[in-house]
Amino acid sequence: MPKLIKNGRVIDDAAAILVLDETQAPEALDLPAGPVFVPFAVWQAHKGQLAGQAGVGVWLDSHENVEELAADLDELPAIALNFPKFTDGRAYSAAALLRTRYGYKGEIRAIGDVLRDQLFFMQRCGFDAFQLKTGKYDDAQLEAAVASLQDFSAPYQAAVDQPEPLFRRAQRAA
Amino acid sequence: MYRYDPYDQKIVDERVAQFGDQTRRYLAGELTDDEFRPLRLQNGLYIQRHAPMLRIAVPYGLLSTAQVRKLAHIARTYDRGYSHVTTRQNFQFNWPELKVVPEILGELATVQMHAIQTSGACIRNITSDPFAGVAGDEYIDPRPWCEVLRQWSTFHPEFAFLPRKFKIAVNGASADRAVIQCHDIGLELKRDAAGGIGFRVLVGGGMGRTPIIGEEISAFVPWQHIITYCEAILRVYNRYGRRDNLYKARIKILVKALGVAEFKRQVEDEWAFGKDGPSTLTEAEVARVAAHFTTPAYETLPAEDAAYVAQRAATPAFAAWARRNVLAHKVPGYAIVVLSLKDPQRAPGDITDAQLDLVADWADAYSFGEVRATHEQNLVLADVKQSELFALWEKARAAGLATPTFGLLTDLICCPGGDFCALANAKSIPIANAIQARFDDLDYLHDIGEIELNISGCMNSCGHHHVGHIGILGVDKNGEEWYQVSLGGSQGNHTSIGKVIGRSFAAAEMPGVISTIIDVYLAQRQAGERFIDTVRRTGLDPFKLGVYGEAAAKERKQHA
Repeated sequence: MPKLIKNGRVIDDAAAILVLDETQAPEALDLPAGPVFVPFAVWQAHKGQLAGQAGVGVWLDSHENVEELAADLDELPAIALNFPKFTDGRAYSAAALLRTRYGYKGEIRAIGDVLRDQLFFMQRCGFDAFQLKTGKYDDAQLEAAVASLQDFSAPYQAAVDQPEPLFRRAQRAA
Repeated sequence: MYRYDPYDQKIVDERVAQFGDQTRRYLAGELTDDEFRPLRLQNGLYIQRHAPMLRIAVPYGLLSTAQVRKLAHIARTYDRGYSHVTTRQNFQFNWPELKVVPEILGELATVQMHAIQTSGACIRNITSDPFAGVAGDEYIDPRPWCEVLRQWSTFHPEFAFLPRKFKIAVNGASADRAVIQCHDIGLELKRDAAGGIGFRVLVGGGMGRTPIIGEEISAFVPWQHIITYCEAILRVYNRYGRRDNLYKARIKILVKALGVAEFKRQVEDEWAFGKDGPSTLTEAEVARVAAHFTTPAYETLPAEDAAYVAQRAATPAFAAWARRNVLAHKVPGYAIVVLSLKDPQRAPGDITDAQLDLVADWADAYSFGEVRATHEQNLVLADVKQSELFALWEKARAAGLATPTFGLLTDLICCPGGDFCALANAKSIPIANAIQARFDDLDYLHDIGEIELNISGCMNSCGHHHVGHIGILGVDKNGEEWYQVSLGGSQGNHTSIGKVIGRSFAAAEMPGVISTIIDVYLAQRQAGERFIDTVRRTGLDPFKLGVYGEAAAKERKQHA
C-alpha cells in the first residue's frame, strides 16, 4: 500500500491516482471503486456522479489552473497537485492559492516527483500530505524524511503555514 | 552594515546542517545527480571542469573585515590561494572538494555568511550600488531595502523552483550603478510628490541569449508594498513563465509574449489580493534594518587635504592612481577608493588570500572596517580620509592592488570562461590578459578615456558583454573557440544592447581587432566624446570598415 506523510507521521494510504492513457476518453471511463484521485478532465465529465462521494478527490497537473476548481471546492475532501518533475514549481503557487485565495480547508496532497528535500517548502505553501516518489525511499528513509519538515525553525517570510512574516511574529532587536 | 540577530544566525546554521545532510546522502548514493543538482546549485555549488565551484553570497556587495579574512582563510585552506569576484558582487572559489563544502559553509556561518541562492532557478543575490551611502548623487540609501528584500527572498517557499533564475537589483542614486535595466526586476528608489519613499519598478530585463532592456511596470510602488508587489510579479512568473524551453524561460520572454501592459494587468490583479496583507512592510521593521546602516563617525575635515594635494604634485604615479581610482565622497575630506583587481598578471577579478588579508587590514585602518565588491569585479574602500590616501596607495601598490585604470579600457569585466566554467564555449581570461598586455601604456589608456570592455565566454553573459561599449562573446564553431565583437552596448542610465559588427575572430586576432577599433575611435572622435558617444554618433560603419576593410564591407553590403 502506498505510504503517505501526513500530520508528521508515515501512514498507509489506499487512495489510487487515476491516470488516463492517450486512448481513454474521460467521458467513457468506468470509474474505479474505492478511494481515488481522478484527473481534472474526469472530474469535469463526471462531476454529477463524483461530487460528494466519499474518498474521491481530484488531481491537477502542473499546467492546470486551480481557478478551474474554484466552484467545486466544497465538494472535494482532498486535492492532489502533481509534480511532473520536482523542479516544476507551479504547484507551490497552486497550493498557496487554494489555501489563501479560496480558503480551501481539505487535504492538499503532493504527488508525482515528490522528494524529501522539497517537503519543507511544500508544507510552507499549504500542502499537508506528501506521497513521496514511488520506490524512492525505504521505511527508514521515510521516517527520516518526516524530519525534513522541521529543517528551518523560524523562516523570514509569510507563507500559508506562517501567515505573518518574521518581522510581525517576533520582536527583533536592532 | 547589517549584523545578524539570533534569527538570521539560526537560519544560516540550519542551512549548514541541511546541506551537510544532503551532501552526505548524495555521496552515499541516496540522491541522484539530477536530484542533488538543484540542491547544490541553490547553495552556489557547480560541478566544473576541474572541481566543484563554490559561489559565496555577498549580499549587495558588502563585507566586514572579519568576512574578508574568512574568505582569505578559505582560499588558503580549501582552495589554491585565491578567489574570484563575480559580476553579482559575490565571491567564487574554483577548487574546493565536494566533501568539504559543508565544512566551508560551517566556517562561513561563523562570520554571518552563506552560499544560499547564489545559483539555481530561484531569487539570486540582490545587487546594488557599490557606492551606496557615500555617493554624492544618492537620494535614498538602497542598502536597508536590499536587506529587507534579501530576508524576504531567502528560502521563499513558493519561489524556490521558478522556470529560471531571477535577479533583482536596487539603485537609489541619480546615476544607475546597479544595471537595473538588465535585471528580472530592477528597482529604482524614488520619492513621490509628498516626499514618501517608493520604487519605480522595471521588469523583464536581462542579458543571456536574448538580451532585453527592462520595461517599467510601475512608476511608483510605495515602500510598504514592495514585498507584496514583488510577490505578485513572482507568482505570475512562476505560474505562467515558460518551462518547456530553457532558453525561453526567463521572465523577459513572458513579458515580451504578453506585452508589458497585459503583464502589468495580471500582476496588479494578483497584487490586489496580497496588497495590505501581512507582508506589508512596517515602519518598525524598516527602521530596525536601517539602523544597521548608520553613518560612520566621520571627522570634520577640510574639503581638500593640503598634504594630499602636495603628494599628488610630488608623485606622478600616485597622481595617476588618484585620478582614476579615487572618487568623490559626499563627506568633505573623504574619498572612495577602488582597489583594482585588474592587474594584467592575474585573471580579472581574482584576488589572493594574502591580498584579501591585506585589504581587511587596510579597511580596519582606513575605512571603518568595511569592504565592498563591485559588479565590475573590483573592491572598494568607501570611506578613506584624503590624508591617508598616500599611505593606502603605497601599500596597495606593493600588493598589486593599485592598477590605476579604473574605468579605462583594461579595467574590463571578464567571466571565468573556458579555463574554469563547464558552460563556456571559449576561454575569456587569456583574451582579457592579451588585451591588457597590448594596452599597457597608461598615457595611451588615459588618452582613449572612459570605455567599458566586457567579455563573456558564452551566451549566459556572466561577463555582461551585451552592455559593454565593446563586447566580446566567446562562441564555438565546430569545436574551435571564436570571438564575436559587438559595439555600442552600455550600462547605467542610458542602457543599450551592443550590436555585433560581423564575423567572429580567432583568439590571436583579438588584440589587433581591439586596436583597430580604438584607432577608428581616435580618428573619428570629436572634442569631448567618449568612445560610446562616438559609436552612437557614427554608427558601426566606420568600425566595420576599419576592422573588415573596404572590400569586405562592400561585399557584406551586397549580401545584406
